[in-house]
Amino acid sequence: MRTDTNPHGVDPVRMYVSIFGGLMALTALTVGVSFIDFAHHLPSGWLNVYNDAAAMAIALSKALLVVTFFMHVRHATRLTKIVIAGSMTFFLFLFAFTLADYFSRGWLGPPGK
Amino acid sequence: MSETVTASEAPRENYLNRDHSVASWLLTRDHKRIAILYLIGISIFFALGGLMAVLIRAELATPQGDLFPADVYNRLFTMHGILMIFFFLIPSIPAVLGNFLIPLMVGAKDLAFPRINLLSWYLYMVGASFTFVSMLWGGIDTGWTFYTPLSTTFATGQVLLTAVGIFIAGFSSILTGLNFIVTIHRMRAPGLTWFRLPLFVWAHYATSIIQVLGTPVIAITILLVGAERLFHIGVFDPKYGGDPVLFQHLFWFYSHPAVYIMILPAMGVISELVTCFSRKKIFGYHFIALSSLAIAVLGFLVWGHHLFISGQSVVAGTIFSFLSMFVAVPSAVKVFNWTATLYKGSVSLETPMLYALGFIGVFLIGGLTGVMLATLGIDIHVHDTYFIVAHFHYVMVGSAIMGYLGGMHFWWPKITGRLYPAFISKVAAVVVFIGFNVTFLPQFILGYLGMPRRYHTYAPEFQTWNVMSSAGATVLGIGYLLPVLYLLWSLKYGEKAPANPWHATGLEWQTASPPPLENFEVTPVVTEDPYSYPDGTLRPKEVPVGV
Ligand SMILES: [Cu+2]
Repeated sequence: MRTDTNPHGVDPVRMYVSIFGGLMALTALTVGVSFIDFAHHLPSGWLNVYNDAAAMAIALSKALLVVTFFMHVRHATRLTKIVIAGSMTFFLFLFAFTLADYFSRGWLGPPGK
Repeated sequence: MSETVTASEAPRENYLNRDHSVASWLLTRDHKRIAILYLIGISIFFALGGLMAVLIRAELATPQGDLFPADVYNRLFTMHGILMIFFFLIPSIPAVLGNFLIPLMVGAKDLAFPRINLLSWYLYMVGASFTFVSMLWGGIDTGWTFYTPLSTTFATGQVLLTAVGIFIAGFSSILTGLNFIVTIHRMRAPGLTWFRLPLFVWAHYATSIIQVLGTPVIAITILLVGAERLFHIGVFDPKYGGDPVLFQHLFWFYSHPAVYIMILPAMGVISELVTCFSRKKIFGYHFIALSSLAIAVLGFLVWGHHLFISGQSVVAGTIFSFLSMFVAVPSAVKVFNWTATLYKGSVSLETPMLYALGFIGVFLIGGLTGVMLATLGIDIHVHDTYFIVAHFHYVMVGSAIMGYLGGMHFWWPKITGRLYPAFISKVAAVVVFIGFNVTFLPQFILGYLGMPRRYHTYAPEFQTWNVMSSAGATVLGIGYLLPVLYLLWSLKYGEKAPANPWHATGLEWQTASPPPLENFEVTPVVTEDPYSYPDGTLRPKEVPVGV
């Protein structure tokens, strides 16, 4: 929520400490998860992406914590939020179109083959 | 108010004559002086890059490799590309004309972050110095594209040093873009709404978005190349679990939009010139403004057209092919609107206008061959041939330099307070246009006939076209040399320029030439739409009855 009484987004130290704790916990989780081979325990499907997906999900939540709390985006103006959403969209373009190549390798052969 | 009166009578203090010390230049925070610093920097690197082009064209005048061994030739074209792209074309219009004009055009005293602006010039110079030292130290032979695994594993030269130079210069580009975005958002004069902004400003806004969003990707990609080269961290080399095509994805995610960093500012210049020298309000203002944004966004979705034959999937190739053709739409919107502006305008062929018309011609050829290359079948045929070389020189070089020179000639009186000789400058504009086309049109033919790029020898049947191209390059060189000479001459001997020599609209013309330190004596208030040239003023007979 936007704290209008607190326009400069100065948060209590307690909040920074607890977010830092959260980040550390997630780091520990990343290390822990790397010891599990999900493909071993789960049905091996289209691609064995489970480990990657878990690592990315953790990384993403950490990034979200940093952006929202450490970078004070929750107190920011709408324009700042639009800028962040815009940059994330372009980042998504980079990933989506690059993966579109990798995932569709071999779907179609070159003409005539 | 009395202040304004005295200011116009006494010999005016302006940003150039108020302090002559070296420190006042090297530590300046004035956007106008920083623009001049950039002008000096990019001119040096343009001259160096041009020198390499001369050597390349000299080598290619004959089919044999008689001037340089293959290895030296590889280094020449690589350094030509790197210098011209990263140290001339990308900063040229934004860092010189944009820096100088955006605060003036929005009616501000300076950019939003003057210190960061100076920092960006220093970063540029440091980055360029790294690259220059790496050149003296043997240079690199990877091509400006740094493709892996050549750059990470096999290339012997100063890959890391050059990469560091480009990395540093990248931050200069990001900071310039950031500065423009904040300035355009926050520092517009009262009454200057978004849709009253000059199209030059719109074009730079779109360019800045690309600079801010795209440049970090190339910076990180270059770091990854360094990491793999130094520490064998597997990113691009299959031996360490990497993928070489990934490099091409990351590289072109920035480097295709980078083409728009070079061309959008030029388009902004052309929009200003066409309307001024047609004495007519620009046709389709909103479309031109928004097509810049459309190009900035769509430009990020087409990079795969550089990977059609490098193992990218056929599905992805088809998607990228379609999107690449799609990006031609906003570009065409601009060309059609410029042409419509000319229609029934009172066109006067002053020097800047000659460059503007030259731009439209050159960009048309570059753009249409771009649509050809977006077509999968044609691209596979001409991939890595001189057809590509000709195409991107038309788009990036021809168009960007036409815009740059057109803009320089348009705003030179504003920047320096001096007029340059009209006749010789018109001759130079024509020489540039002829020289450029004679240099690069034959390369389309050579490429279509199958001459590959990046070789210092070629089959004898290609010689005629190559000689033609080299001859054209000589003419082009003269065309570039002439403005250097007469513009420098004008600094000392040129007639003093009035505030508004072209009778143009726009806030930058409402202040003195050269402008005072803080740009305006009184903060301007904008009360009307841009380009309010009353249509047909110069030919009253044609004004319809009843107007
Ligand atoms: Cu491209």
